[in-house]
Amino acid sequence: MGIKLLLDKAHVEGIRSYEVYRREGGYRSVEKALKELGPEAIVEEVKKSGLRGRGGAGFPTGMKWSFIAKPEGVPRHLVCNADESEPGTFKDRYLMEFLPHLLIEGLIVSSYALGSNATYIYIRGEYAWIPDILEEAIAEAKANGWLGKNILGTGFDLEIYVQRGAGAYICGEETALIESLEGKRGNPRIKPPFPAVKGLWDRPTVVNNVETLAAVVPIINMGGEEYAKIGVGKSTGTKLISACGNINKPGVFEIDMTISVEEFIYSDEYCGGIRNGKRLKACIPGGSSVPILPANKLFKTAKGETRYMNYESLADGGFASGTMMGSGGFIVLDEDQSVVKHTYTLARFYRHESCGQCSPCREGTGWMEKILKRILEGKGKMSDIDLLWDIQRKIEGNTICPLGDAAAWPVAAAIRHFRDEFEWYVNNPELCLT
Amino acid sequence: MIRFSDDKLAKVQEIIARYPEGKQKSALLPVLHLAQESFGNWLDVPVMDYVASLLSLEPIEVYEVATFYSMYNLKPVGKYLFEVCQTGPCMVSGSDDIIAYIGEKLGIKPGETTADGLFTLKTVECLGACGYAPMMQLGKHFREHLTKEKVDAIIAECRSNAAANN
Ligand SMILES: NC(=O)C1=CN([C@@H]2O[C@H](COP(=O)(O)OP(=O)(O)OC[C@H]3O[C@@H](n4cnc5c(N)ncnc54)[C@H](O)[C@@H]3O)[C@@H](O)[C@H]2O)C=CC1
Ligand SMILES: Cc1cc2nc3c(=O)[nH]c(=O)nc-3n(C[C@H](O)[C@H](O)[C@H](O)COP(=O)(O)O)c2cc1C
Ligand code: SF4
Ligand code: FES
Repeated sequence: MGIKLLLDKAHVEGIRSYEVYRREGGYRSVEKALKELGPEAIVEEVKKSGLRGRGGAGFPTGMKWSFIAKPEGVPRHLVCNADESEPGTFKDRYLMEFLPHLLIEGLIVSSYALGSNATYIYIRGEYAWIPDILEEAIAEAKANGWLGKNILGTGFDLEIYVQRGAGAYICGEETALIESLEGKRGNPRIKPPFPAVKGLWDRPTVVNNVETLAAVVPIINMGGEEYAKIGVGKSTGTKLISACGNINKPGVFEIDMTISVEEFIYSDEYCGGIRNGKRLKACIPGGSSVPILPANKLFKTAKGETRYMNYESLADGGFASGTMMGSGGFIVLDEDQSVVKHTYTLARFYRHESCGQCSPCREGTGWMEKILKRILEGKGKMSDIDLLWDIQRKIEGNTICPLGDAAAWPVAAAIRHFRDEFEWYVNNPELCLT
Repeated sequence: MIRFSDDKLAKVQEIIARYPEGKQKSALLPVLHLAQESFGNWLDVPVMDYVASLLSLEPIEVYEVATFYSMYNLKPVGKYLFEVCQTGPCMVSGSDDIIAYIGEKLGIKPGETTADGLFTLKTVECLGACGYAPMMQLGKHFREHLTKEKVDAIIAECRSNAAANN
């Protein structure tokens, strides 16, 4: 059994309730943080832990926190990004649904460290039943003195509010999220300025993912140095992976980033192998926007070494033969699946979710969907494959936010590794389903 | 006249109080959710105008937002809205068959509503339940690991609920 820091108590009966959570040692990190450490020391512990943002970009959390601007007299905010909409990703939902107090505990410590007196959880609108769970946990925490005025007699005041989105993937992008929280359309802003300088209502704001903020709890409890000993290199601590697709045991797993990709797929502790005894064809290990890899590149790095489930190893080989950790949305395709069709659904997804501000993204995603559909229906030409390649290249790097890249990369990787499959569709129109 | 009940108006005030003075525009998304729930599960123009007046916004500010987000219905929908996910992970787990089956059972295509106004079928993109696919959203909750038998049961459940409420 690997080390569990976040989900160790997930199966304790009644852990959703304050009483059980507290009995199991909950809210200790708040006592330690507020009474013994103080804001600067908390940021130091998080820096030492090596924790990297679990929303997908992997930016060092302690460093981001130390960047928050502190202009005189201007309030600061912490915003929890619970928009989770990257296809393949459903780990934050699991944390919020089963361990709501863990998130609230992490939010209290993090808000104190950053000096936020009003912290917002922005949750995707479709997770419509989860705000009730979070609000109940907030009410319980407040009733027990962990929230509200003068927490633990330290003079620190904090309220936590839950805000539902209303169906827009782009609102997971932090500046679009801020726009949405201000009651506007979710159009991303140009960065810099980063939210840490100018965020919600132009105030300094830190936006962090649900899992990142939950990880602050074990970091404070065990100390940043101890946390950093878990994992390997710059992939410290544990990571939640949500696994789906053609595997025997889809679900959310906590890993310590030292296990191999092969073990993750085939071990009974994790995915339990490919469903119906089929063979593995391909995998998208970090959510829909990261490159797909064929089975023969998945288990070994470019150097022929074992590939592990961590940031560096997954990315080894760059785009030529590597992929990314991303949000930890692990999608597995068996030998019967069509990579062309899967890629088409992703292209349709990104077209649907483009906010439309930048023409390369708005037009490019539409074209990619159209051409992929044509190929899938047996109406494509060989030149369409090259056209697709050109379009994705023109989007990448030419947009305000990374949704453009996120739409381009899956198409690029599919063509790079599965060109023969695209050609098969062009050469066998009579066999294509319309 | 379009007007929230008193307890909903109190809720609106509670939402506005979450934000700093003068930032009541931040309440727009939650108040639109509340309006949609309260006034027939869609946002008619007079409803949006009412929300604008409550939050001291120009109506256009409300329309802009309502048209951006996919969960706000700008047209009437059936009493039971089946929103079935069709993105990659659900697709490789059989969502196409489920969508086709629901369509067949109800005699409608995605985007359509049954003549009795009971059911609307809609295809949607990833809802964050990829490990429990195929799935759909029905009201506040997800229905996961869908099979034809489960679909039959859900339709029957909706029909009997509708009959009981009439
Ligand atoms: N979890 C999910 O559902 C999804 C996750 N993603 C992930 O999002 C990632 C892209 O996110 P971005 O926020 O655009 O990445 P980014 O690299 O621009 O930023 C990452 C974080 O670091 C902060 N940051 C970076 N440089 C900074 C500086 N100099 N000063 C202060 N703060 C700084 C940013 O504000 C942000 O919070 C992708 O890699 C993708 O994996 C994308 C879609 C969905
Ligand atoms: C299109 C797009 C969608 C995103 N969606 C999410 C999301 O749903 N959840 C999330 O935590 N981060 C998402 N991000 C990343 C955020 O912009 C930001 O990097 C993250 O919330 C920072 O938190 P972290 O440092 O704790 O990872 C998205 C980024 C992009 C470009
Ligand atoms: S890249 Fe796409 S989603 Fe991002 S700002 Fe531009 S148009 Fe909008
Ligand atoms: S792909 Fe259907 S819920 Fe994610």
